[in-house]
Amino acid sequence: MKTDELIEMLGTNLEPVKGGQLRNGVLIALTVAVGTVAAICLTWGALGMPTDWQSGDHFGFKAIALIFTLGLAGAGASVLFKSARPGQSGRRPFVLIGLLLVAVVSAAIVALAASDSFTSSMMGGPWGSCLICIPIFAVVPFVAFIWALRKGAPTNLILAGAIAGLVAGALGAAAVVVHQAGDSIPFIALWYGGPVALCALVGAILGPRLLRW
Amino acid sequence: MDIRSDEPELRTLMLAGLEGDEASHKALLMKLSAYLRAYFKGQLMRTGRGPADAEDLVQETLIALHTRRHTYDRSQLLTPWVYAIARYRLVDYLRRTKASIMDVLVEEANEVLAADDPMAVESTLDLEELMAQISPKVSQAIRYVKLEGLSVSETAARTGMSPSAVKVSVHRGLKALSRLIKQRS
Repeated sequence: MKTDELIEMLGTNLEPVKGGQLRNGVLIALTVAVGTVAAICLTWGALGMPTDWQSGDHFGFKAIALIFTLGLAGAGASVLFKSARPGQSGRRPFVLIGLLLVAVVSAAIVALAASDSFTSSMMGGPWGSCLICIPIFAVVPFVAFIWALRKGAPTNLILAGAIAGLVAGALGAAAVVVHQAGDSIPFIALWYGGPVALCALVGAILGPRLLRW
Repeated sequence: MDIRSDEPELRTLMLAGLEGDEASHKALLMKLSAYLRAYFKGQLMRTGRGPADAEDLVQETLIALHTRRHTYDRSQLLTPWVYAIARYRLVDYLRRTKASIMDVLVEEANEVLAADDPMAVESTLDLEELMAQISPKVSQAIRYVKLEGLSVSETAARTGMSPSAVKVSVHRGLKALSRLIKQRS
């Protein structure tokens, strides 16, 4: 085939392209993801899951854990918009993600050094539900993000997959935090940060397979 | 001709093409094909492949640029978008054909698309052969709308499909063609 024949063919009966298609796709995916997580949050009690709302002393840690997980989700979401478009990169969201991780991990180290018992700060919380629920809650958001990314043209598939996993995991973690926050910074860093990182890793591995075009 | 000095003109053509201007879209693809040819020829030479392989890749990239044009952000420069897609297609091609990627990916965007090469050779792709492999409904829509230049409503009348089904078929068909092209190389 000659290239000018192909160009002639591609240009014939050209359809105009509406602006904002891609952004709308990502917005729909985000709505689905947040909606799913909110629904899980609201039906938590009905699902028979324990909640720490009765005891009031978790409030400060709950706030910290929420800022941590929602901050990761928000910064990741802004990368998600960009990674569906070829040739766009921004450093700011990555700086925010890095800052959040560094802040929480270093606060955890300081708190660990000050505490007398390593195991009580690490294991003194609902670590089982973190480990199991966060990845499970992340499934629907992850599928929605992959769907949206496939409508675009991601050119860095590992990164795009990792970001989809990160945002999905962070939203899942936020749902767990609302009901069970744990009671120390090291706990938050390990048992919320860990599963979110795991989701990002799984996303990075799946990205090249799911997003190739 | 340098692609960076061409950027304003290319971008103007792209924006007009997105509004549905056929002449601008064709002119854009024509100009870009020359840059892409120079780029792919240069890159593939290092892995010992010839001009016909480069032309395959030029055509594959043109289809990608066309079917993914909704991913271009109208407020941004065009050249980085084109380069990212060209590079993605190149890496995908090399991975498919098991060449060493290490030979290729050390350059910067600017030097890469800097030159143009208007000398087209025929690619190894046979459109008729490819069309035979996609579903009859879709290939018929492509044939009428894209090859014979019938309007969408004329095609709809001839095939008994709704106009929106014709549009969807054409879009799917172009994607199917680029998939087939990838499978055969």
